[in-house]
Parts: sequence; C-alpha cells; structure tokens
Amino acid sequence: MLTVTCPVCGAQGDETDFHGGGQAHVRRPATHDPSNISDEEQRDYLFIRHNPKGLHFERWRCDRGCGKWFHAARDTVTMEFKAFYGITELPPEELMKQAKGPWAEYFAKAIKARAKA
Amino acid sequence: MMRYSIFSLARNALTGHKDWQAVWRSPEPRPGYDVIVLGAGGHGLATAYYLAKEHGITNVAVLEKGWLGGGNTGRNTTIIRSNYLQDPSIAIYELSRSLYEDLSQELNYNMMFSPRGVLMLCQTEHEFRAFKRTAHANRLAGLDCRMVTPAEVKEIVPIINDDPTCRYPILGAYYQPRGGTGRHDAVAWGYARGADALGVDIIQNCEVTGIQRDGGKVVGLETTRGVIKTPKIAVVTAGHVSTIMDMAGVRMPIESLCLQALVSEPIKPVIDCVVMANTVHGYISQSDKGELVIGGGTDPYNNYSQRGSFPSLEHTVTALVETFPIISRLRMLRMWGGIVDMTGDRSPIIGKTPVDGLYVNCGWGTGGFKAIPGSGFVFADTVANDRPHQIAEAFSMDRFREGRLIDESVAAAVAH
Repeated sequence: MLTVTCPVCGAQGDETDFHGGGQAHVRRPATHDPSNISDEEQRDYLFIRHNPKGLHFERWRCDRGCGKWFHAARDTVTMEFKAFYGITELPPEELMKQAKGPWAEYFAKAIKARAKA
Repeated sequence: MMRYSIFSLARNALTGHKDWQAVWRSPEPRPGYDVIVLGAGGHGLATAYYLAKEHGITNVAVLEKGWLGGGNTGRNTTIIRSNYLQDPSIAIYELSRSLYEDLSQELNYNMMFSPRGVLMLCQTEHEFRAFKRTAHANRLAGLDCRMVTPAEVKEIVPIINDDPTCRYPILGAYYQPRGGTGRHDAVAWGYARGADALGVDIIQNCEVTGIQRDGGKVVGLETTRGVIKTPKIAVVTAGHVSTIMDMAGVRMPIESLCLQALVSEPIKPVIDCVVMANTVHGYISQSDKGELVIGGGTDPYNNYSQRGSFPSLEHTVTALVETFPIISRLRMLRMWGGIVDMTGDRSPIIGKTPVDGLYVNCGWGTGGFKAIPGSGFVFADTVANDRPHQIAEAFSMDRFREGRLIDESVAAAVAH
C-alpha cells in the first residue's frame, strides 16, 4: 500500500485515493514544433518509456482531493516516495543528481535548458 | 539423459529412489558460446531448446540471475488459450497451444497439460458484442471456439451466480474447449532438461552487468561470473528487459508492473474449467490439489519489487465473490506477485534490435505462460537465421514507429 501526499492541497491518502498517471516529464513533440516531427519522435512520445529499477519520476492525480495532477519521485524497488512536486516543476536538485540511465540524460538536458532561460 | 517411464520408476522404486540423476547439469560458464540466452524462464529455455533441436546450434548458454523458472514462469495462473482478436496474435498463440498438446511426449516430461476449456464470460452488452466479434475473427482463422448461452454456462460451471438481476448478469460466454491449464514449473523444468540433454549450458546465479559491443555489434557479456564472449545475445528477461536493454543503449516501449495471483485453501472439486470474468476483473480455475487459483489485473504503477498492493487483491477477490458466491467464506492461503513487461498495444516484441547480434523477446505482459512453446519456437528461428520468423515478423519493434500496432488491450480476456 502506497501512502501519497498531494503537494497542491496537502491531502494524504493511500493509492486508492489517487490515480497513477505513468511516467512524468513526457514532452509532446507536436506541441512545440507541429510541422517538424519525425516518426521516431512520435514513437518515443507515445510508446518509449523510462522503466528504471530504482528511482523513477511519475505523474499522479489527487482523485478524492483537489483533483490536480502533480509529480512524484518514487523508488520502484522499495516503493518509497522520495518527493512530491508540482506539475510544472522539476524534482529537487539532489534527486536529479541521483537519477540514472535515461533519467540522468533527461535531467542533464533540462537543467541546461533552465540555465539558458 | 535418463528417460522417464513406468520401468524407470519401478527400477528406482526398488533402490529406494536414491539413484535418480540430476535433471540438468550445473556447469561452469565456458569462455564463449555461439548464442547466449538471457533469462532461464520458460521462454528463454524454450528458445535454447529449439535452437539446439531445430537448428542444430548446441553451443548455447542460458544465463539466469536467480534460479531457473523463478520469475513469471513460476508465478502465473497457468492458463493456456489462443482466442485472441488479431491475426498475428492468433497465429502465435495457436502455434503455442498446439505445441502444448504433445509437449509432454516430446520432452518426456509431464507438463500436465489439461485442455479443460476456457470460458470467457460476457457480463455486459458491450462485452457480449466484443467477444462475438472475436469469435467471428477466430472462426475465420480456423480456431475451435464458440459462443455459449447463459444456460450452457450454468451447465459448464454450476457454481456460477446466474441471477439475471445481479449487477453483472451472465449474458453468455466465449468458450475455447481446447484451452486449459498446464503445470507451470514443469514447463520450465521440461524445457531445461530437454535443452541440457542437447548440450545447452544452463548457468544459474549469474547476473549480467554489461553488454560488450564493437562497432555496433555484440561481442560479449560481462557477468558476475566473468566475461563470456558471444556473437549473439537473445534477451528474454520479461520484467527486467528494460534494465538489460539500457546496457546496450536500446530504449524499450515497456513498463514493468506487478501482477498478483493468489490461491485459496484446497477444497473438493467445484470448477473443472477456467473462467475469466473481464468486466468484474478476475479469473479462476482449480488446481489438481484443490486450491482455487485466482488472478486479476496489474497494479497501476511501475514496480520491480515482486510484491503487489492489497487494494488490487481486494478488488479481484471482491469481483469473484459476486460471480461465484460459493467462494465467499474460503480462506486464501498464499499470494504473490510477478513483474510483467507491458507494451503499449499489449502484444509482445519478438525480433532483431538496432544492435547487430542482439535479439529481444519480451512484452508478453500478463499473458506469457500460454505462449512459451510458440514464442521459443519462432524466436529460436529468428536468432538462428538472423531474420524474423514469418510469425514473428508482425511483432517487430518497428511497429511502434510505423504505427502498425497489434492492439490486444481490448481483446484480452482480462483488462490490463
């Protein structure tokens, strides 16, 4: 049984009070450049998923509270939540550093983009 | 290999059963192999067996991180059927089901294949129409399946709740009489014994830590028992396929979820077929020991822990109690979870990868057990000839780029 806390309204409950929404930080290519999307980009958006054994970042919805979507960092082996954060936010700095594999690549790019902005 | 027969049983009975041979060897890994199969579950062992038997490639190793058959092969609910909706699915699952029919004889190992019939209930008007559509598709493909009326359902499964006023009444069912169950561990053990006898090395407690490549081509594996050279790697690691493929830089359209099952205390025979109830989300059969074997849907979030959550189990059991009121006071003995590899279209991935010499067979999700013989057969052919087997062709990874999906998420008997 997972215990989830909504970072928006502060409601706490078990997994049946919330709704898991799969991998976080998936970027829809058509939103950014609709005239220039390759089949590979569209495949990655629709089907390719980060599937780490360990630290993972995902979306949840506060079903029986405020109804908002938010982000969570969770370990897929211990099932422990490491952080809950807003739907437009990146995870806490130290978790981005701990991330491995495809997630590490993603956050390295995201941090660079944030610094530029 | 010692052949099992009534005579070998009698001979060993006379010597107090002290002289039975080990069923397979436990060899040290050699420095190199022609093919290395990763994962000694049913699919991996079947692949190795058919590589040796059908293609004469016997310099093969099967590496297993834990113990043989300890993953999903030993954690499923042993249902065998082939009445899927799409043509490519029908082809591979029916090949598999038909191979199961004489597998015990072929491998000289009792798989306890029991074609007791699989009944998929229609509990809403929509479900009734969907199964009717599947029934037509299956009949066109030549499968022996038919729709049955509520009265026939009651005859086949007398313990079913046939109250027409209940929340989800029985409107009919889709019946595959040639489907059934098998002994899951025996499938792994039988293939392991068969492969071992043909010269395949099965190496347990050997975890892969890296895939060595040279110019986009596979050359070897780093493992906890040293470096092993090979030009061909066949990855059959189910829930752990993403972690292995990440080592080779190949990103997979897979999410690993936990699927749970449970068994009740043993009772006298009450149900002699498999019943799947999609709408209420559960399925049930009775083992030869008398336990009711019960399964449901996956937990809805990524999980590598082989432990599911209680709400999912509760949901499954609640559903089945409505359909089978007789089980309401049964105590449940054991529950367990397996990590299943789910693809976007709920169909498997079989074939080559962007890395030369690296082949993958995964994505069987919640329905891999039934597919073991067919999957091993076509994957061995794919690996041996370095091109997809005719039946495997549709299941290539390219289908996600091309949008050529094999959508079974609605056709599967239990929603995922």
